[in-house]
Amino acid sequence: MTTALFYLFSIFLLGSALFVVLNRHPVYSVVMLVFSFANLAGIYFLLEAYFIGILQVLVYAGAIMVLFLFVVMLLNVSPERPRARWVPLDRWWFGAVALVFVISLGALLVRGVGQLPSARSEVPDGFGGITQIAEALFSRYLLPFETAALLLTVALVGTVFLAKRKI
Amino acid sequence: MGSADILSTLPELVLIATALLLLVMESAAEPHRELLAATALGGLAIALVTALGYGADGLYYSGMLQVDPYARFVSALALVLAALAIMVAVPYLRRTLEERGEYYSLMLFATVGMLLMVKAQDLTMVFLGLELLSIPLYVLAGFYRHRSSSNEAGLKYLLLGAFAAGFFLFGIALLYGSTGTTSYSGMAQAINSGTELSRVLTLAGFGLLLVGFAFKVALAPFHMYAPDVYEGAPTSMSAFLSTGPKLAGFATLLKLIAVVFAGTMVHWWTAIWILAALTMTVGNLAALRQDSLKRMLAYSSVAHAGYLALAILVTNYDSGFAMLFYLTVYVLTTLAAFGIVSLLEEGEESAMPGVEACKGLARRNPWLAAAFTLALLSLAGFPPTAGFLGKFFLFNATLDAGYLWLVILAVLNSLVSVYYYLRPVVAMYMQPGKNTSALPIPRMLIPALLALAVVALGAGFIPAPLVHATASAISAIL
Repeated sequence: MTTALFYLFSIFLLGSALFVVLNRHPVYSVVMLVFSFANLAGIYFLLEAYFIGILQVLVYAGAIMVLFLFVVMLLNVSPERPRARWVPLDRWWFGAVALVFVISLGALLVRGVGQLPSARSEVPDGFGGITQIAEALFSRYLLPFETAALLLTVALVGTVFLAKRKI
Repeated sequence: MGSADILSTLPELVLIATALLLLVMESAAEPHRELLAATALGGLAIALVTALGYGADGLYYSGMLQVDPYARFVSALALVLAALAIMVAVPYLRRTLEERGEYYSLMLFATVGMLLMVKAQDLTMVFLGLELLSIPLYVLAGFYRHRSSSNEAGLKYLLLGAFAAGFFLFGIALLYGSTGTTSYSGMAQAINSGTELSRVLTLAGFGLLLVGFAFKVALAPFHMYAPDVYEGAPTSMSAFLSTGPKLAGFATLLKLIAVVFAGTMVHWWTAIWILAALTMTVGNLAALRQDSLKRMLAYSSVAHAGYLALAILVTNYDSGFAMLFYLTVYVLTTLAAFGIVSLLEEGEESAMPGVEACKGLARRNPWLAAAFTLALLSLAGFPPTAGFLGKFFLFNATLDAGYLWLVILAVLNSLVSVYYYLRPVVAMYMQPGKNTSALPIPRMLIPALLALAVVALGAGFIPAPLVHATASAISAIL
């Protein structure tokens, strides 16, 4: 059951991600991105990382994607249909480079995954829960947590500076 | 977390406080812009004192950071570099009427990122440090919002940099999957004792990390953005863009390889060999064809990344020492060279000074011409400059490790580079220029020129102090 669900989520995830990249219509792409985030959340649930899964839905599929949709709508996509529905794949060398990369990385992963232990180790109670995450975040990972806060401040300063019309 | 932890990050905290203060000063109703640079330099000076003097060596923040002589040396160099980059920027920003607190503030944030990268003892911190270095640089490359070339540079750097960050994160994820930890010591233990889940996953993870680093330090074929970004960015920023990320990137990569991945590097020798050979050749050959001084220096910085990659390939005490020596000389000379180019630039919109801007400079400003010549000769590696010594140490260490053909290629490349480094020199001394009035040399540029003279000539004639400093720093990790 879990395996079947995992493959279902994975196929939907990869398919919708491909759709995002290949489709020319930005609104369709954004909607498919929401769909791919939902599938990723499903995979988190299967891994029993419920908290991360909920965050994925709330933060990414919820807040961030709404922002994306707003931006796309404000950009005023022309109502007439774009010339081609799909991104043309006529630059064969781009595809060739990507293919070489995918094959080599895929081969590495397949070989690597083959060496993983097959049995799923039992996860302890409360794994991935808020308590565990909070404990890790505010003890061992305190400095990365604070640095991430600093990073967001810097990004905010930079964005305001670049985007504000008159400063 | 205790007071020892806080003390160990005192330089970073001082810099963050100064950066926030600068933002507040800028947002005042009537900002005193003339005080901004002095405040930023004061913060950097205090940070330099605390970086060198305070806190005992050891692990801090539950193993996230490590303070050791290596981290102290690279931190001090990064702080000096940032201070000089700010001094180079002050006259440029004032002339173009763009002096703003955000510029200095973002420079300080980027410096905090560099310090965290070299101190990091955990890949999480390396990644956060790298982003803290990169994000301010994206903004600063596009700082001149009314110049389309600057906008282009910022956007290009952001898009490609974000892509490279993805590779980096994927690499960390694979390494975590394989070793079950992101801390240097934990990964090293898993790799050396063979208890990692899969050697192949470890190798793939390191390969992706290498791509992320190669992008930041502009190794071919990940260098495509470098010429456009360095040319389009404000010249005072190009000076920092072509030195800061290289310093932090190479210093962190060397530590990572020496401490964690030494046992697996045998699988990567061929790849790094090709990266190094390709980078120096592409950088030098492309630099030959450039007329714009900024573009020429940009390709030259790519070529120097290729030489520095030799140290990554060998990774022993000799090559590590050579890399630190070379980096010290390279960052200070390149910074001064860009600083001089920023003077040659007219205050015009998107003015890109070409080689012809140098014509007759020896008549107009003999000292400036001499300094530029010194910087270019040191970059080309002429004896008796320190650039020559750096190349000598680096090539010697590579030769000792048995890479004869790579060293031959590197020497041939250095010979080729002499051609483009000497073109501005010939223009300065042997060709008359239209303009004969002397350029005013801003006082703020003098420390950068003095640093150039001290490191390029001083360390060339009396190398012992710098050799001792780098050697004792490198013995902390190799």
